[in-house]
Amino acid sequence: MVKFLPLKQAVAENLHDGDAVAFEGFTHLIPTAAAHEAIRQGFRDLTLIRMTPDLIYDQMIGMGMAKKIIFSYVGNPGVGLLRRARDSIENGFPRSIEIEEHSHAGMANAYEAGAAGLPCAVFRGYRGAGLAAVNPNIKSVTCPFTGEVLAAVPSIRPDVSFIHAQKADKKGNVLVEGIIGIQKEAVLAAKRAVVTVEEIVDNFDDLHPNLTVLPRWTIAAISVVPGGSHPSYTHGYYARDNTAYLEWDEIAADREKFQAWMQANVIERTADDFAARVEHLRSAA
Amino acid sequence: MSGFTPNEMMTITASRALKNDDVCFVGIGAPSAACNVARLTHAPDITLIYESGTIGTAPDVLPLSIGDGELCDTAVTTVSVPEMFRYWLQGGRVSIGFLGAAQLDKFGNINTTVIGDYAHPKTRLPGGGGAPEIATSSKEIYITMAQTRRGMVEKIDFYTSFGHGDGGDHRQRLGIDTAGPTLLITDLAIWKPDPVSKEFTVVSLHPGVTRQQVQDTCGWIVKFAEELDETPAPTELELTTLRDLQARTKAAHEGSGKEKAA
Repeated sequence: MVKFLPLKQAVAENLHDGDAVAFEGFTHLIPTAAAHEAIRQGFRDLTLIRMTPDLIYDQMIGMGMAKKIIFSYVGNPGVGLLRRARDSIENGFPRSIEIEEHSHAGMANAYEAGAAGLPCAVFRGYRGAGLAAVNPNIKSVTCPFTGEVLAAVPSIRPDVSFIHAQKADKKGNVLVEGIIGIQKEAVLAAKRAVVTVEEIVDNFDDLHPNLTVLPRWTIAAISVVPGGSHPSYTHGYYARDNTAYLEWDEIAADREKFQAWMQANVIERTADDFAARVEHLRSAA
Repeated sequence: MSGFTPNEMMTITASRALKNDDVCFVGIGAPSAACNVARLTHAPDITLIYESGTIGTAPDVLPLSIGDGELCDTAVTTVSVPEMFRYWLQGGRVSIGFLGAAQLDKFGNINTTVIGDYAHPKTRLPGGGGAPEIATSSKEIYITMAQTRRGMVEKIDFYTSFGHGDGGDHRQRLGIDTAGPTLLITDLAIWKPDPVSKEFTVVSLHPGVTRQQVQDTCGWIVKFAEELDETPAPTELELTTLRDLQARTKAAHEGSGKEKAA
């Protein structure tokens, strides 16, 4: 049954060294505060799963926490490359990592299959694409009815998924709205799910009946962290800090600069610092 | 007519290729600008789809990422990412996939994955994202990029998205029933695939551009159509629309950092 916990405790209870973990959020609702807490607690040998690894996986890879990444777009969206991930893949710094690369369609189908309890996903994909030749987890199956050859990838079943969401009610049901991405599938595919939220409200009685609500019994822990997805955004609360994404390109370009930034902005901080970071972005939401 | 830059010429030419009834899956960067200029000029009812799940979006400023809030705020509807790729793209509902490219060959194959060897890359690029399936499930593909010898190469290092492969009927041989790349718009010219070989051929030069300039900025031996057109220069409306859009975009993206917390 869901527990309301301080983020530090929610991460400590649910993430372990060696876990396969997904911190999901498709540009929107990225669980940055949860990722930073995981960095402070110093987990090792993680398999990081995410469609768009983004800044938080650049940070975790740069801190040497990952042994493997499973992904479909290892870039800084709209800006360019992820320079800590590149350093690891190109130069083995600070450690070499194994990569398993898919397309977005492949990852999305694999999460959905995970949520549906299936061993694999079947879809029309990777036709003519070079990934099929370098990723042994991309295979094909023949449709028994039409004979069409389709792509197959194993389902994604994380040990634990972290997401950020708008709000929870007092019972622990969680609302996700806006660009809902892959949040629902990431939670339902995982053995455990931890959700950070902007706020807790009394009840969801006034919500539209078809909104994306994750029932409380699908979630292990909820932590209230206002601003917890900065520099990503939370629809209805604060806007995306595009400037921070542009600045990250410079910070991550240099190993020492990266370490200094991580020390000052992650290691020596707490989840409580996030609220102030989005203050100037609230009016734009 | 005031002056215009090659990049403006490229974006505006690309925008003209889109029709009011198109359903366009939009790549970020140059395609995104072109698609929104089309929407703000001759194609007000065009359906623009971004892979974050936003369908029928009409952003006032160009998004920095494919998932900016502006896209969701202005969309007809926003769906989950699995639904986007399964029902809308794989389901055959996208008429045009509009892609950019880091590396492109003359058959419209695109590489955005690695420069060098895949296992030991010289440069690790972001990868395909949605592109591998956009390239094969959209009815047609338009590509837009500025010409450089580094970008337009004889042989790409990795087939991120399949165009016409080795040319000819390579798509059909792989069981791909969509048309693939049918149009390439650069900062210098409009290119279309040869009907048989599928090699991109220059069919129109932008105003003031020479054949030599096109060849000098392209890594393969360029084929030109027998009758070359000149691309019409941007109209005042097209230029104003693009510049206003870019000015709004710049102001919006800079604005988010103005009062940054310590």
